[in-house]
Amino acid sequence: MSRHQVSITINGKAYTREVDARTLLVHFIREEVGLTGTHIGCDTTSCGACTVLLDGKSVKSCTVFAVTANGKELLTVEGLAQGKELHPIQEGFWEKHGLQCGYCTPGMMISAKHLLDRNANPTEAQIREGLSGNLCRCTGYNNIVEAVQYAAEKMRSDSGAE
Amino acid sequence: MTYHRPDKDHHLEDRFEEHSAVPHDPPIEATSDEVRVRTPDNISGMGHRMKRKEDPRFIRGMGRYVDDVKLPDMLHMDIVRSPYAHARIKEIDASAALEMPGVVAVITGKDLEAHKLHWMPTLMNDTQMVLPTDKVVYYAQEVCAVIATDRYIAADAIEQIMVDYEPLDPVVDPFEALEDKVIVRDDKELKTNRIWHWEAGDKAATDEAFKNAAHVVKQSMHIPRIHVSSIETCGMVANYNVATEKMQLYMTSQAPHAHRTVFSMVSGIPEQKIQIISPDIGGGFGGKVPVYPGYVICAVASLLIGKPVKWIEDRSENLQADSFARDYHITAELAADADGKIVGLRVDTLADNGCADAAANPSKFPAGLYSICTGSYDFKAAHVNVDAVYTNKPPGGVAYRCSFRVTEAVHMIERMVDIMAHDLKVDPAEFRKKNFIKAEDFPYKSPTGWVYDSGNYHAALQKALDQIDYDGLRKEQEEARKQGRLMGIGISSFTEVVGAGPSRDYDILGIKMFDSAEIRIHPTGKAIARFGTKSQGQGHETTYAQIVAEELGLPASDVEVEEGDTDTAPYGLGTYASRSTPTAGAAGALAARKIRAKAKKIAAYLLEVGEDDLEWNTDRFQVKGSPDQSKTIQEIAFAAYTNHPPGMEAGLEAIDYYDPPNLTFPFGSYVCVVDIDTGTGMIKVRRFVAIDDCGHIINPMIVEGQVHGGLTMGLAPALFEQIVYDENGTCLTGTFSDYLLPTAVESPKWETGHTITPSPHHPLGAKGVGESPTVGAPPAIANAVVDALWHLGVRHLDIPITPQKVWKALRDAGIQG
Repeated sequence: MSRHQVSITINGKAYTREVDARTLLVHFIREEVGLTGTHIGCDTTSCGACTVLLDGKSVKSCTVFAVTANGKELLTVEGLAQGKELHPIQEGFWEKHGLQCGYCTPGMMISAKHLLDRNANPTEAQIREGLSGNLCRCTGYNNIVEAVQYAAEKMRSDSGAE
Repeated sequence: MTYHRPDKDHHLEDRFEEHSAVPHDPPIEATSDEVRVRTPDNISGMGHRMKRKEDPRFIRGMGRYVDDVKLPDMLHMDIVRSPYAHARIKEIDASAALEMPGVVAVITGKDLEAHKLHWMPTLMNDTQMVLPTDKVVYYAQEVCAVIATDRYIAADAIEQIMVDYEPLDPVVDPFEALEDKVIVRDDKELKTNRIWHWEAGDKAATDEAFKNAAHVVKQSMHIPRIHVSSIETCGMVANYNVATEKMQLYMTSQAPHAHRTVFSMVSGIPEQKIQIISPDIGGGFGGKVPVYPGYVICAVASLLIGKPVKWIEDRSENLQADSFARDYHITAELAADADGKIVGLRVDTLADNGCADAAANPSKFPAGLYSICTGSYDFKAAHVNVDAVYTNKPPGGVAYRCSFRVTEAVHMIERMVDIMAHDLKVDPAEFRKKNFIKAEDFPYKSPTGWVYDSGNYHAALQKALDQIDYDGLRKEQEEARKQGRLMGIGISSFTEVVGAGPSRDYDILGIKMFDSAEIRIHPTGKAIARFGTKSQGQGHETTYAQIVAEELGLPASDVEVEEGDTDTAPYGLGTYASRSTPTAGAAGALAARKIRAKAKKIAAYLLEVGEDDLEWNTDRFQVKGSPDQSKTIQEIAFAAYTNHPPGMEAGLEAIDYYDPPNLTFPFGSYVCVVDIDTGTGMIKVRRFVAIDDCGHIINPMIVEGQVHGGLTMGLAPALFEQIVYDENGTCLTGTFSDYLLPTAVESPKWETGHTITPSPHHPLGAKGVGESPTVGAPPAIANAVVDALWHLGVRHLDIPITPQKVWKALRDAGIQG
């Protein structure tokens, strides 16, 4: 098994580790770096619990090798809040009861960010479509949709887009 | 056909008679639409839409689940699983694996046999292999385990273990299993696949009712095998300390105390030397009630090696080997008189239990609470049979978010009522209203012996019909049919039964099904409250704090709620079957009332008045007629530690073990509208209105969230989910690509509402709600689909109603898209 030195910037901080070629990005994040907010739910790119932003694009980190993320920038759930200040998406999930067990939540919020970064004012159908790569077993999605709508509105008013 | 499990010959009728002798005092309150709020916002007792206290850690990615636990020198476990559903194991050769760098040990059934741990009891007093010494009896069964320094090495090593199997014919079909040609459990004295036979109701009276009936409808249906698929799979970190001889187990457990006792009894480790910590749990739904072989092997590995060992199953292991739900083959007959009144129900059921009866039912209820199957309807005669068989499939029979087989019962009766209504050409809503138990008839004794505590079925159904504009939809349907467009409207008016105990009837392996709460008020008027249950997303940290706030006037934000650590929490039976609010929630209220009783004595001492001169007001005791003379709960708490009355013990705390006098019976009416594409058979749920009644509501936001989630877990088996096996017993649905969970796209925007009919016997008038929608939704959807197709001659479709099934029904009816 070949070993590789990998440098990945996660939430603005660079991490350099030597890993196997086969080390999955999600294991790099969770085991090597110790950021356990990114979860594993299915191992087959189906559930989205491991979703992170890789250079601004949402990927399921259970099916990305750490070596392919070398030199790139990652955003995980731990990078959403600025210190004590919650990101509008986090606020929305709390305000609108968009989570129950919390296991899918980090991936769900990262997918929501990916969606809102590209579409500041999505329709309900676009939100549902945008989150269709993320499975939630607890909430039935109603309140997740409302959480994203809350965040979209807050982000638009924060950026003065309205 | 009468045969009984030799060691379990229950006299159900006697027990139900005893069970029905439940006192109902105080009387039932009238149904209301208004959520009761008795505390101001700053206290946030019951009825407040309080934001959840647990959320800040989850939205920051700071939850702590089992896989997040990382201990020094921790080893990793992976499991070799059987590629056959039935095979003898001739040899296991682990030599190549053991030579791999990083591999610490391989554990086989023979190793466990040396410690008499190769078999374990199931929750239903059956037995189940931990690891086989002789043969495997289901596909993906645990065969042996590797312990290694790294999870990748462990995964590599299981590929290097050579197992020599001699394949045997499997029996996959439960009806074939009845023939006993292939014996699944040849370890047992009786060479039969039949596990038990169970009956409820009065056979003679039911046969008599059918003899005199004007109309009888009969339908066979299969409620197929499904899987809870919580997004977090199961896992454990076992940490045996050689010096203290203490076994610490981080475990995905819905019932940590019960698991501790079972582990102690099976392993011989003294119970005080086992600590189970159930940290944040990523969804349970019943799947984290059983003890799986992986947990036991993991704990044994840590014990033998003396280091922490982590086992986290992957999704395929979870879907292929963990406990399933449902798998009931039902033939039901419903009888009505000439007036369209139901007079009788007769049910035969074959339960496919897989290779062991590992159902998570109360011990005395092999078919769970299935006899609730007379539903919301008032008739006198019912008889229910269930026969259980072994097949070469994983063991199980867990809930999938339902109270012990209630979903099967509700699906059957709601389908049968709909078929009868359609046959009689009576509107299904009118037919239900005509046959409902009336509000004034509660408490109501059902023909199978249940005593329903309270209900108002007419009010809930009417509210649902009004909210969805039922009459308008029926008119639209008439028009649609003329245009060849297929739309259907389906109703389900279900009765749930949740909140086990009472302990005289309900136990798990002999442990009575009470639950507990312990509240300690600190000197500064803040509190910690610990419970015997374990939240898996239900929001206990918030709702329990609101219960304490309601009873003691302490702000809910000042009440820290803890669960899941058996070293600190009081003993309880855990969270499943919607029992937390009915049992532990009640214990919380009663513990708070014990504290209030002591607080009253302290207040009387401080105010220098008699106890009888005091009255409680929200958060304080005040002198009757002179409310400015008062002591708040915080002032009293401080005095409890600094100025308590002479002769009284210091401190302000209480514990309560609550044993309910009866179960609670939540109910609701759901109306679903579907549109069907005649070309593809695709079903679109256009609207779904759910009116739930769970008695008094603790947190309306959380109740709505529970209903949304439950509805989606009702949609799932209705249209998408099924665990499928081929003729060899190989599981064909081992990933989320084959086993389809609904996403945000398939899920409709749920429309919810409530009526409030309090439970007369619960201290808070609450009932439990988390599972009602999972129970109530599938027949509403199935009824809607059949309603859309009835005029084409379709009487029934088994769930999941896939586009293929609809497409075939349409083609059979001569409809070409």
